[in-house]
Amino acid sequence: MADLLMFFGFVAAAAGFFLALYRFVVGPRAVDRVVGVDVLTIIAMTGILLAALISGREIYLDIALVYALLSFVGVIVTARFLEGGEQ
Amino acid sequence: MTAALTLVGALIFLVGTLFLFFGGLGLFRMPDTYNRIQAGTKAVTLGTLLTLLGAAFMQPGWWLKLLLIAMFVIFTNPLSSQVLARAAHRAKVASHTGVDHLAEDGEDLA
Repeated sequence: MADLLMFFGFVAAAAGFFLALYRFVVGPRAVDRVVGVDVLTIIAMTGILLAALISGREIYLDIALVYALLSFVGVIVTARFLEGGEQ
Repeated sequence: MTAALTLVGALIFLVGTLFLFFGGLGLFRMPDTYNRIQAGTKAVTLGTLLTLLGAAFMQPGWWLKLLLIAMFVIFTNPLSSQVLARAAHRAKVASHTGVDHLAEDGEDLA
């Protein structure tokens, strides 16, 4: 029962991932793409959490934390870069 | 007892992933950049926190690292959302209503 619920959760997260991927690919502005990357990395972090739960290894949570940190730094740097006007 | 905790945790995890899906849907459907920033970060933050809570129900021994990730998400997601909105405003991205009260105030307060 719990496995089935987690499978449905995986499907919902994957659907959200592809919707965010559409926004990343289509744009139309550079800021839209950065928002898409932000949401993509957070959903991917949830995917790492799911991998940790399925395999039962706590060490994967460290990877999720570092991944969230890197995505945060990347989004901040890209946003500061875009402030001067894009293109 | 453990099976019941696992079931409750899986339910909370499912609700959290549904919020992640709604965040992606908002990113897909919303008409302009500011609405997309709003939908993309608020719903996704709630979804991530709920998935972390569900994981804490399923693996109670992991609570410290899960709490660390949750605190990190609470601190950084609103910050990145605000920085993105400020970058969009300074890059002169128009909202779909055409109204910009911040520019009407005469100085860049964002």
